[in-house]
Formats: sequence, C-alpha cells, structure tokens
Amino acid sequence: MQFHKDFFAGARDTTPILLGVVPFALVSGVAAISVGLTPFEAIGMSFIVFAGASQLAVFQLMSVGSPWIIMVLTAWIINIRFTMYSATLAPHFQKLPLRMKALFAYMLSDQAFGITMARCNTPIPVERTWYYFGAAGTIWVVWQVSAITGALLGTLVPPSWGFDFAFPLSFMALMFAALRDRPTVLAALVGGLTAVLAKGLPYNLGLVLASLLGISAGYLAENFARQHKQVAA
Amino acid sequence: MSATFIWTLFLAIGLGTVLLRLSFIYLFGKIEMPDWLRRALRFVPAAVLAALVFPALTHPAGTLDISLHNVRLLAGLGGALVAWRTRNILWTIAVGMALLWILQFVL
Repeated sequence: MQFHKDFFAGARDTTPILLGVVPFALVSGVAAISVGLTPFEAIGMSFIVFAGASQLAVFQLMSVGSPWIIMVLTAWIINIRFTMYSATLAPHFQKLPLRMKALFAYMLSDQAFGITMARCNTPIPVERTWYYFGAAGTIWVVWQVSAITGALLGTLVPPSWGFDFAFPLSFMALMFAALRDRPTVLAALVGGLTAVLAKGLPYNLGLVLASLLGISAGYLAENFARQHKQVAA
Repeated sequence: MSATFIWTLFLAIGLGTVLLRLSFIYLFGKIEMPDWLRRALRFVPAAVLAALVFPALTHPAGTLDISLHNVRLLAGLGGALVAWRTRNILWTIAVGMALLWILQFVL
C-alpha cells in the first residue's frame, strides 16, 4: 500500500496533542489495575473500547460496586458525543469502502477529530481521508503503547495509596477542558449538583439522571440566550 | 468480578461505542442528524464529568459529608483549582493526591 504524503502530515500534526494523550493513557492503564483488573484485561479493554473518559468512568463505578447496566449506560452516554464527530466527518469518508469506514470509525478520538477539523478549516488543500488516517492512527498507536505501559506500571502501585481518588481528579481536568462558555458551565453545575442530591437513588441511577438534567439545562440556556439575542436585535 | 463478566462488559461497551462512532459515517445521505440533537450533544462531557466528580467529593464514604473532616472534599477543591488553571490531567492528579496524603496525615 502506498501512503499519501498527507498521511504523514496528519501524523506530524499530532505532536503537540500527544503531550496530553500519553499521560491520559498512562493514567487509564494504572487505574485499570487499581480496581483489580489484570494487565491482560486492562489492555484488552483499551483495545476494545479505546475511549479514555468512558473507561475511567467504568473503573470508578467498578470501585464502588455499581451494577453492570449502569456501567454500560454511563460509558455509552459519555461516548454519545462521537455521533457528533461522526456526522461532521461523514461527508469526507463517503468514497471509502465499508471496511475502511469501520476502521476510521473505530479510530475516532476527540483529538483526531479536533486536529482534522482544524486542518480542514485552513486554505491549504489536504487529502482529508489520508490526513485523518495519519492523525487518528498515530494517536491510536501512542494511546495503546502508553496504556500498556500504564497497565504494567499499575501493578507496582500499592493499594494503600488510595489511587481511586485519581478518578475524580482526572475527571476534573477533563471537565474544565469542556467548559467553554456559560451554558457549558451551567450544564456542569446542574449535572454535578443533581448527582449530589440524587446520590441516594438505587443502582447509581442518580448519575444517569444528573447527566440528562445537566445536558437539558445547558441546551435550554443556550436556546434562551439565542432567543434573547434575536429579540434584542 | 468473574472474567466472563468483565469481557462481556467490555464487549457491550466497545460494541456500543464503535456503533456510535460509525453512526453517521455509515448513515450519511440516509439520515441527517437533527440540529437540536447536535446542539444538545455539546453539553454531554461537561454534564457527565461533573456528575462523576461532585458526589465523589461530597460522599467519600457513601454518605453526605460537607465538613472540614472530609479530606477528599478539601483535596478535591485544591485539585479543582489546578484543573482549572492547567487543564492538565497529570498535574491535577499529582497535586490532588499530594493534598489528600498531607491532609490525611494532618487531620
């Protein structure tokens, strides 16, 4: 197979992003071991799921003994954002055979989407499928190598360190990165406070309820702001 | 957790996730994503992550504890400050864990 030069351009453009990918993947590997998974299971999950935030959420839920349905639902809700990326990238992938579409979909990450969209908005022409393949593929490889390293290092971390506290701490870093404007801040506040108030609900259902209320609050606030702007104008 | 349980769980999460990723790449030209859904999805990370963070700090042992004895709440607020300023996962964990150990030792 002949690799197009834009494959390498995509791979090269991931460099600054990898500074964030490596520690995130390392943490996910260490975290998997801290909740009692074997290194083989940790690595298997990383290959099967390949979505760090949802993996960390599942580990936190495992550490408090949540039922499986809540783990699955929570992971899906966190990953539902991928449909947005999928819809945005779709027009560029239409000429590809289904197996390539499936491969590109499997490799889709926040970072690969961000890099590809940033490049698509510049006037410099680029072969988008090759560029995406280079960026997403590089991130996938670096993620897996780091996650494997983390899983192997994790066996050296004694349980007495209380590593389960690293879960809320890592979510905090991801959360602040997701706060872009007032509606997203409101979504976080409503989601967080509802989760506190609904903590007593059975089966950890409060988490699902809080997520839905937070999303609704952000959406309604944005709608309200838009209408207000239209009336003012 | 049995090995069968764990692998079934991973496959369920993984299969759902790859279908979410493939969704509109596969459906392009057949179904358009409605505008309201696209705008609602923007709020998913902020809402879900906050819903994971807040109770982990306020309910360290499963019950509500908003006091100066709750070391996870105090260390978490310190970690939040670092997360806000740096948005860096390693710095947030390093400072938050260090605060937790210090507070556990002091209090």
